[in-house]
Amino acid sequence: MANFFRDNSDIEFLFRHIDLGSVAEACEEGFRFADEFEHAPGNAQEAIVNYEMVLDSLGRLSGDFIAPRAEDVDRQGNTLNEDGSVTRAKGIVEALEKLGQAEVMGFTLPHRFGGLNFPSLIYTMAIEIVSRADAALMNIFGLQGIAETINAFASEEIKQKYLPEFSEGRVTGAMVLTEPDAGSDLQAVKLRAYQDDEGNWILHGVKRFITNGCGEVLLVLARSESDRSGGLGLSLFVCVPGPTVHIRRLEDKLGIHGSPTCEIFFDDTPCEIIGERQRGLVTYVMSLMNGARIGIAGQSMGIAEAAYRVARDYASTRKQFGVAIEKLPAVRDMVIDMKIAIEGGRTLLYETSRVVDMEIAYARQLGGDSRLRGNDSEDKAKAKKLKQNSRKYKRFAAVLTPMSKYYCSEMCNSVTYDSIQVLGGSGFMRDYPVERHARDARITTIYEGTSQLQVIAAVRGVCSGTAEKFLAELAELDYDDEVKDLLDTLGEGRELLKNAIPFVKEQGNDYMDLYGRALVDIAVDLINGYLLCGQASTKVDMQVPVAENAAGENGRTVSMKERKAMVARRYVTKNAPKIAALAKLIAAGDKSTFSKYEAIIGPVPAE
Amino acid sequence: MAYKCVVLIKQVPDTKRVTGDVMNDDGTVKRSALPAIFNPEDLNALETALEIKDRFGGHITVITMGLPGAAAILRESLYRGADDAILVTDRRCAASDTLATSYILSCAVKKLDYDIVLCGRQAIDGDTAQVGPQLAEKLGITQITYVEQLIELSSKTITAQRNIGNGWQQVKAELPVLLTVVGDANEPRVAAARKMMKYKKASTPIEVSEQIKAENPKADEAEIAELLELRAKALEEKGLLIKQWDLDSLEADLAWCGMSGSPTKVHRIQSVVLAAKESKDIHPTPDGIADMIHELIEEKTIA
Repeated sequence: MANFFRDNSDIEFLFRHIDLGSVAEACEEGFRFADEFEHAPGNAQEAIVNYEMVLDSLGRLSGDFIAPRAEDVDRQGNTLNEDGSVTRAKGIVEALEKLGQAEVMGFTLPHRFGGLNFPSLIYTMAIEIVSRADAALMNIFGLQGIAETINAFASEEIKQKYLPEFSEGRVTGAMVLTEPDAGSDLQAVKLRAYQDDEGNWILHGVKRFITNGCGEVLLVLARSESDRSGGLGLSLFVCVPGPTVHIRRLEDKLGIHGSPTCEIFFDDTPCEIIGERQRGLVTYVMSLMNGARIGIAGQSMGIAEAAYRVARDYASTRKQFGVAIEKLPAVRDMVIDMKIAIEGGRTLLYETSRVVDMEIAYARQLGGDSRLRGNDSEDKAKAKKLKQNSRKYKRFAAVLTPMSKYYCSEMCNSVTYDSIQVLGGSGFMRDYPVERHARDARITTIYEGTSQLQVIAAVRGVCSGTAEKFLAELAELDYDDEVKDLLDTLGEGRELLKNAIPFVKEQGNDYMDLYGRALVDIAVDLINGYLLCGQASTKVDMQVPVAENAAGENGRTVSMKERKAMVARRYVTKNAPKIAALAKLIAAGDKSTFSKYEAIIGPVPAE
Repeated sequence: MAYKCVVLIKQVPDTKRVTGDVMNDDGTVKRSALPAIFNPEDLNALETALEIKDRFGGHITVITMGLPGAAAILRESLYRGADDAILVTDRRCAASDTLATSYILSCAVKKLDYDIVLCGRQAIDGDTAQVGPQLAEKLGITQITYVEQLIELSSKTITAQRNIGNGWQQVKAELPVLLTVVGDANEPRVAAARKMMKYKKASTPIEVSEQIKAENPKADEAEIAELLELRAKALEEKGLLIKQWDLDSLEADLAWCGMSGSPTKVHRIQSVVLAAKESKDIHPTPDGIADMIHELIEEKTIA
């Protein structure tokens, strides 16, 4: 009997620490749905009970049902049949059936389409929990952004047609974006969309590396404006599989074997347009990608947590030189760093998800509330405030989303690799799951935008001052005296970052991208530092057990507040010299990457 | 065609968590010291009913006999897809053995229209596996015990596979039928999100009246009764009232219920106290295992 929600005290703590009440209120639009839908909550307290019940149920399903099947799913993978159909791994088919029965396939969809209308924050927690059980399953469970995109941008008719089916778990979706020559650069998409004499849209062309391309609802990015290159020539379409949709190939991958990656040939496939022409990439896919990036960050958290737990268990039971290896300084240090890196990623990701929820809520209020367009001065002041908040959260979300994707996926890779290291030779063998976790982790820094692209997206927000504004807001919050000295250290870090930015800007955009990673690393470490200090100042009263100490005593507990103070102290003090070094590196102005590349690298080796 | 299923469930102490702390000196278990859970094989029975409903349509009624607190497992059933829930509770049910229990349950099931009655094979507290079979006898219907797989259901005929210990047996029967389901039959689904969000407020009249008393400590009985009627009606309109039946409403013969209906006599309770405190490491090598086997044979633990 395993429950991946209940057995994770950090998730449980954050569930209580974060102000879920205001998130719930924003999401439920002041709880106005309670009269109309029997399952909609009537107040914040009830909404939070709902969140907890659903995570509990999903945690149980993940621990008892999904996780025990993950190894077989990895070995089995998917099969492309002669008739072009795809057979999924048995464990994935069974898990999807259970997820459908659990009514969690419309997590964020509105009540009226049978969805749960849950905030993105709770969905992020759910994705982490499911990914810990089976990373590959997340690539279907975590694709609910497809339904969300239909909900946000498609016509009412299309919504009615597809969304209830998603909520019931009867269909799964695919984001059909990538092509052989359009990966990171989606503006280069070529797949053609044209209209027949009656004005019906038709798709023709090839897509590649399509996760769950054998799904039942396909969102396809295609060139609708034949005379127009670039992003503005692209629109978004929806279609279903049929005789004109051919799965030509399944990729043979390093990891996430349970997730089918398809090459699809659309041979004059009838489809429907989502929203307006030409907004496919610039508006709809960008919005879809932002949600997907948070999803991948959640997947990264789950994989890291799974690997860490194996490593931790092994470190405490494996004996060498007469002691458990976790008593050896080098192993001990590795394990504690893994644990803290995971908590750092989690705090950043959950905060990002909360900010995204507020962004969505403010945007909706701004768009929907006609009273705010009234003429009297009070309304005007209100509207102005709303507009300010909406713009602010939009900017915060735009910088935090790529930061989370970048940090969590990189963290996931280092934690899974270190997990193998903790297990030594055993970790290299397929007898233990850590090699699978490391293989599954590898894709996370690549798909939905590589780390390099996330850094480019985030560094703009760092250099424009948005990150600093966010840090300033964090610094204004109430903290306990216990962490006051840490806040001073973080303040020094902020000064270093502030001083670095004008220099970088002076050097130009290339330089900004060259040192983007260093700049973003500093910003993320500072944000996480403040968030962990905030956790150390929590009002949540919660005790967690302590491991057996060096003297062999156990059974003690410590308050989560005290424990988080220790985590924050270690995180902030260990990162301070790293931040100083990064600031120095940025200020050094070395441009040899540009000027000396050809000489140092030499010509391309001949065959 | 659609089938009407009735599932009998029981709230039991979680006997997997028995430790020295929850034992009485006479070797019995302090029930209150253990968490109360949904009897595991009753969840398998419910899952079988849900699979029937998923495939053929129909209606599922869940019945439990127990203390007012057993309403918790009725809610758990509603969370998974049961349509109706009934709590049979009455002080006069206390001390019922399997004979009395199956009689009381038969009175309840007879009030319903059904095609298939499902029970878990046995409850983890008593481990008798008698209530299901006795219930079938009292209802006068066919029973298929130890069901591990439902092979076919067509029109008025059911084919099921029974686990007979050293193998299996497929049997065919006419409906109505009573099945007792084993743990290997399926992996029960978890509680469903929207159903939890709705049915978490589902209550029995006893629970509503407790709530009213807590909110209005000064109210007299008449006032409480009036409030209860109002709230119960409001819950019923939303489909959130769990039905509550007592022995009078079942028109049960009291001589067959509770203590007077229970001929079972406990002959002896053996209090087994495990005295061994030492543990021994066995090396996971062929030699280590051979030594262990040798030792066990010498000590006549195994022959």
